[in-house]
Amino acid sequence: MEIGLNHYLVLSTILFAIGLVGVMKRKNLLLLFFATEILLNSVNIAFAAISHYYGDLTGQMFAFFVIAIAASEVAVGLGLLIVWHKRHGTIDLDTMTSMKG
Amino acid sequence: MEKYLYIALFAPLVSSLFAALFTATPKKLFTGIIASLLIFTSFVASSILLAYILKGGEPIHVEMMTWMATGDLYIPFGFVVDQVSVTMMMVVTLVSTIVHIYSIGYMDHDKGFNRFFAWLSAFVFSMMILVMSDNYAGLFIGWEGVGLCSWGLIGFWFHKESATWAANEAFIMNRIADLGMLIGIFLVYWNTGTLQYDGAFAAFAHLDTATLTWIGIFLFIGAMGKSAQFPLHTWLADAMEGPTPVSALIHAATMVTAGVYLVIRSNELYSMIPNVGLFIASLGAFVALFAASMALVNRDMKRIIAYSTLSQLGYMFAAAGLGAYWVALFHLMAHAFFKALLFLGAGNVMHAMHDELDPFKMGGLKKAMKWTWIMMTIASLALAGIFPFAGFFSKDTILEAAFAEHHMVIYGVLLFTAGLTAFYSFRLVALIFHGEERYKIFGIHPHEAYRFMLIAMSPLLILAMIAGVLQEPFFNMIEEILSAHEYHIHSHVTLWIMLVGTQVFVALAILYAYKKYANSKITVPDGTSAIENSFMYKLLYNQYYIPYFYEEYLVKPYREISDIFWNKVDMKIVDASVDGIAGIIYGTGERTRDMQSGNLSTMLKWMVVGLVGLLSLAVVFGLAVRYSDKIVPVLSGLGVM
Repeated sequence: MEIGLNHYLVLSTILFAIGLVGVMKRKNLLLLFFATEILLNSVNIAFAAISHYYGDLTGQMFAFFVIAIAASEVAVGLGLLIVWHKRHGTIDLDTMTSMKG
Repeated sequence: MEKYLYIALFAPLVSSLFAALFTATPKKLFTGIIASLLIFTSFVASSILLAYILKGGEPIHVEMMTWMATGDLYIPFGFVVDQVSVTMMMVVTLVSTIVHIYSIGYMDHDKGFNRFFAWLSAFVFSMMILVMSDNYAGLFIGWEGVGLCSWGLIGFWFHKESATWAANEAFIMNRIADLGMLIGIFLVYWNTGTLQYDGAFAAFAHLDTATLTWIGIFLFIGAMGKSAQFPLHTWLADAMEGPTPVSALIHAATMVTAGVYLVIRSNELYSMIPNVGLFIASLGAFVALFAASMALVNRDMKRIIAYSTLSQLGYMFAAAGLGAYWVALFHLMAHAFFKALLFLGAGNVMHAMHDELDPFKMGGLKKAMKWTWIMMTIASLALAGIFPFAGFFSKDTILEAAFAEHHMVIYGVLLFTAGLTAFYSFRLVALIFHGEERYKIFGIHPHEAYRFMLIAMSPLLILAMIAGVLQEPFFNMIEEILSAHEYHIHSHVTLWIMLVGTQVFVALAILYAYKKYANSKITVPDGTSAIENSFMYKLLYNQYYIPYFYEEYLVKPYREISDIFWNKVDMKIVDASVDGIAGIIYGTGERTRDMQSGNLSTMLKWMVVGLVGLLSLAVVFGLAVRYSDKIVPVLSGLGVM
C-alpha cells in the first residue's frame, strides 16, 4: 500500500490530539512544553505533506517558520521556567495561581 | 459705527462675566460699580448709534460670524441697528443703567450682591441680542436668554419656597409659549428658506394667506408667553417674588415688552394678515381691561403694579394689532420710563416698610419719604395719562388710533380701562402716602432711600414728565421703517371732545380714588366688611380663580398622570428592562467567574473548549455554504426565509 496524503493527515491529526490531551492533562510545566511541541510539529507534518502533494513550497516555508518560532518560544519559556523554579522550588501548574481574578 | 454696535452689545456680557467671578465671595462694592459703569458704557454707545440714526444714517447691518451653515441652512450671528432696534436699545440700556445703580443701594445688605449683578447684566446682554439680532434664530437665543435670566432673578432668593415656585412657573409658562414661537420660526424657514428678517419678509409676499396666518399665529403665541397675555398671564404677578429692581427692569420695562417688539419687528407679516392683527388687538384690549380689574382690589403693592404692567401691555398689543406699530413702540418706550420709576419707588417703600407689601398697612408716608412720594405720584400721573406727562401722549394716541380705525368696541374698552388705571394707581398712592400713619401700629420707622438711589431714579422722573415732546422726533425717525401714518380725527371738534373727555374722565377717577382712600377712616381690612364679601370682590381678588383653575384642572391631573407613568411605565417597563439587561450580564459574569480560577491548567482546558467550538462552527458554516442550494429551498418551504 502506498503512503498517500491521507496517511500523513491522519498522523498529523493523531499527533495533534495527543498534544491537545497533553496540554489539558499535564500538570508539569516542562511536560506542557513537550505537549505544545507535539501540537506544533503535528501541524508541521500536515504543512509539509500538503505542500508536497500540491507541489507548492509555501507550506514547507511555513513549516520552517513554525520551527523557528517554536524554538524561540521554548527558549523564552524555559528561561521563565528556570526563574520560576528558583523562586518557588516547583514547576507544578496548580501552584501557579497568582493571576487569579 | 460698527465699533459702537459691538460695544453696546458686549459691554453687558463683560459686566456679567466680571460679576460672575465674585459670585462665591462676600459682597464686594466694586462689582456693582463696575457692572453699572459697563452698562452705562453700553448706554453711551447706544446713544451714539441713536444720534447717528437720527441724523439720517443708513441702518447698520453687521455679520459677526457664521453660526450654522449646513446645506441650504445658513444662519449667521448678524446684528442690525435700525430705527426700531435702536429705540429698544435705548430703552433697555437706559433703564438697566438706572436699575444697576439703584440696585447698589437696594441690594446693599444682601448676601448675593455679586451674584445679583452677574444675573442682571446677563439679562441685559440677552435682551440686547434679542433686539439687535437680524434674524429669528438670533432673536430666539435672546428670547431664551432673557427667560433664563428672568428665572434666575425671580428665584434669586431661592431659600424662599414661593420664590422658586414663581421662578419655575414663569419659566414653564414661557416654555409652553416658546413651543409656539419655535413652530412659527420653523414655518418661516420651511416656507421662505431663510430666517433673516429682510429675506423672509420679501418672501412673505409670495406666500398664500393661510400660511401667513399660521406663521403669524404661532409667532404671536410666543409673544403671548413673554408678554404675559391671557391665558398665559399668571406668571407675571407671581414673578413679583423677585427683588424689586428686577421687577422694574425685567417685568415692567424690557423683557415683557419683547412680545410687543416681536410683533412690531414682524410688522410686514402682520400687516398682510389683518384678521390676526384684529385678534391681537382684541386680545390686547381684553387683557387691558382684565388686568386692570384685578388691580382694583389687590392688596399687594407690587402685584398691583404688575397688573398695571399687564394692562399696559394689552394697550401696546391693541395698538400693534391695529397696525399702529409706531404708537405701540412709543407707548412701550414711555411705559418703560414711568413704570420702572413706579417700581423703583415701590422698592423704596418696601425698604422703608421692612418688606411689607400691603398698602393698607402703610399710610401717611409722604412725610417720611417726600421724594419717593413725588416720584410715584408723577409716575402714576404719567401712567394714568394726564397731560402733559408721558402717558398722555402715548396712551391717547392709542385711543385715537382705535377711534380712527373705527374699532369702537376696542376704543370703548381701552377708554374705560384708562379710568380704571387712574383709579387703581391713585388708590395705591393714596393708601401708601396719604391718610393716617397706620404703620405705627406695627412699630416700623420708615426712612427715605439713599440719596444716590433717588438721584439714579431722577432721569426716569424727567423722562416720565417730558417724554411727550419726543413724540414728534420719534415719529419722524420711525416712519422710515414702519408703515407709520399719523392718526388724525377728521373733525377738530371730535378730537377736542375726545381729549378733554378722556382727561376729565381720568381726573374724576383719580379724585374718586383720593376721596375714597386718602381719608383717615381707612383701616387694615380684616375680611368682615360687606364689600370684601361681595361676589365681585372675591372674583377679582382671586384673579378670576384662574390660578385656582390651573392648579386644580391642569397641574393636579398632570401630576396624577405623571405619577401613573412613573409607577407603571417608568418603574415597571423602562426601568425593569434596563435593570433586566444589566441583571443578565451581571448574572452571567457571576456564574462564569469560576472559569477564571487562575489555574493555568483549567484555563487551557477552556481554551481547548473554545477552539473546538470555533472549529465546529467553521465546519458547520463551511458545510452550509457548500450545500446552500439544497438548504435554501427547505428553509423557504418552512417559511423561515
